[in-house]
Amino acid sequence: MITPENLVYEKTSVMTDRVLHYCPGCGHGTAHRILAEVIGELGIQGDTIGVAPVGCSVLAYYYFDVDMQEAAHGRAPAVATGIKRVLPEKYVFTYQGDGDLAAIGTAETIHACNRGESILIVFINNGIYGMTGGQMAPTTLAGMKSSTSPRGRDVATMGNPLKITELVAQLPGTYFVTRQAVHAPANVRKAKRALKKALEYQKLNKGTCFVEIVSNCPSGWKMTPVQSNKWMEENMFPFYPLGDIKVPPEKQ
Amino acid sequence: MKGNEALAEAAIRAGADAYFGYPITPQSEVIEYLMRENPVDRTGMQVLQAESEIAAINMVYGAAGCGKRAMTSSSSPGISLKMEGLSYIAGAELPCLVVNVVRAGPGLGTIQPSQSDYFQAVKGGGHGDYKLIVLAPATVQESVDYVRLGFELAFKYRNPVMILSDGIIGQMMEKVELFEQQPRLDVEFEWATLGKKPDKDSVIVTSLQLQSEEQEKVNLRLQAKYREVEKNEVRYETYGCEDAEYLFAAYGSCARITRKAMEMARARGIKVGLLRPQTLYPFPADAINGLADQVKGILTVEMNAGQMVEDVRLAVNGKVPVKFYGRFGGMIPSPDEILEALEQKIIGG
Repeated sequence: MITPENLVYEKTSVMTDRVLHYCPGCGHGTAHRILAEVIGELGIQGDTIGVAPVGCSVLAYYYFDVDMQEAAHGRAPAVATGIKRVLPEKYVFTYQGDGDLAAIGTAETIHACNRGESILIVFINNGIYGMTGGQMAPTTLAGMKSSTSPRGRDVATMGNPLKITELVAQLPGTYFVTRQAVHAPANVRKAKRALKKALEYQKLNKGTCFVEIVSNCPSGWKMTPVQSNKWMEENMFPFYPLGDIKVPPEKQ
Repeated sequence: MKGNEALAEAAIRAGADAYFGYPITPQSEVIEYLMRENPVDRTGMQVLQAESEIAAINMVYGAAGCGKRAMTSSSSPGISLKMEGLSYIAGAELPCLVVNVVRAGPGLGTIQPSQSDYFQAVKGGGHGDYKLIVLAPATVQESVDYVRLGFELAFKYRNPVMILSDGIIGQMMEKVELFEQQPRLDVEFEWATLGKKPDKDSVIVTSLQLQSEEQEKVNLRLQAKYREVEKNEVRYETYGCEDAEYLFAAYGSCARITRKAMEMARARGIKVGLLRPQTLYPFPADAINGLADQVKGILTVEMNAGQMVEDVRLAVNGKVPVKFYGRFGGMIPSPDEILEALEQKIIGG
């Protein structure tokens, strides 16, 4: 029986009680939870405005119990810019997938980061369009199969996977850029610390914080959750290495 | 003042909270004026040059979703890029003001003035069943006054409003009386994302409904709102219609030229009037239908290939002949041409 004395885990009140629509084993649920926990721990639930993307996390506002706006595909950083410019005291974050952020929304992403908008961009990179059924994404690995690269991504005709996180780290407008994962407990803790830092930094108004979470897509990759995590470690992490890419100058 | 600059000053004075734009001829003076004037010091109004028209309209979405007076301006090719955002703004029922200083198309077309975006403004342009409230100024004074009116209507109906101007009005210098500085909004709208209140549900700004039954309810609500707009917000002016045997229909700068043609016709003893819609949506269909009982024929004059003429014909519903005269591609009709068209197509037709 659960009593206050033996309680080891409690769902954060920043997440609603709605049942997540994500596929079994998908990283979105964990990523949602740690971001919600951080918002709760920082005590900023009433001062946070989120922007949901188009993609698997289009319904993120069902799960985060904060005020949120649903953006058009790829436009979340522009919508977040509009929010932050009129409500500079609020904490503003976007939560976007790879197709949303690194394909159709590349311009909005680069320019929001280049202006140094004081927002948090959470970037879930699973190398595939999950919502529309497993098509090739800008971050799909070379040779990786998808429904629109059925013989594997041919970089000669389809281009190379885009390391947009390294790209935004080059911009003077970004303040903190990191790549994390949420497939194992140690990674979950690190990713949560990164999100917490990123939101704390927002108070400083020193630039955009960008947290990539390399994640899996068991349904799109046509694997079991366990297989997908193993495949991610063996194939995604060598190309998308985990760790901080840009840390604030005063923290170096 | 120059039309574009007067409009920019009007935005500050109307108490706008934010302007997001991208340069394009013939309306770049709007953002240039705002950047020069730096209204953040005067009123706290934010001004930002976006990376694209797409980004600009989505910044408007974000700010409008916070219940702020947000606006953007552009010209035809840029307005095409904004259509995605406008559909989302209409779907999410957010208020905003968009100014289109129309130039001739299609494509890059020319930077010269035109009215060829009538269909895009009035019939849709973006996807889905939605309507913009469309205001059509004929003078610099009206384009100034419509900034304030536009924000009022946008918030009254929580709907995007477009000022459909053109390169003539944007670029010409005219005397203008500017209204006094209005305060910025100090209202916390319950539909705005301002941060969740402890005792309330979180606010969600969205145009997404996964269930068809829910989406139909949204559409029905939007349609009911549009019927209210049609009932309450029709604006137009008539000139010389009391004894008119013939009627001109024209809007915007073209209506001014047509009015000159009307005066020339009356000097020759031709009893012709002019109806000038000030709102293109809602369209003054009843007024035109009423005049159709009185006149023998109507000539619609536009700087395009014939767009508003379709709405005039729908309003007239076959009672009298409705003909069209227009110049396009940036060409401006002369009063002589218009009078000749009246004589040939309506009186002699």
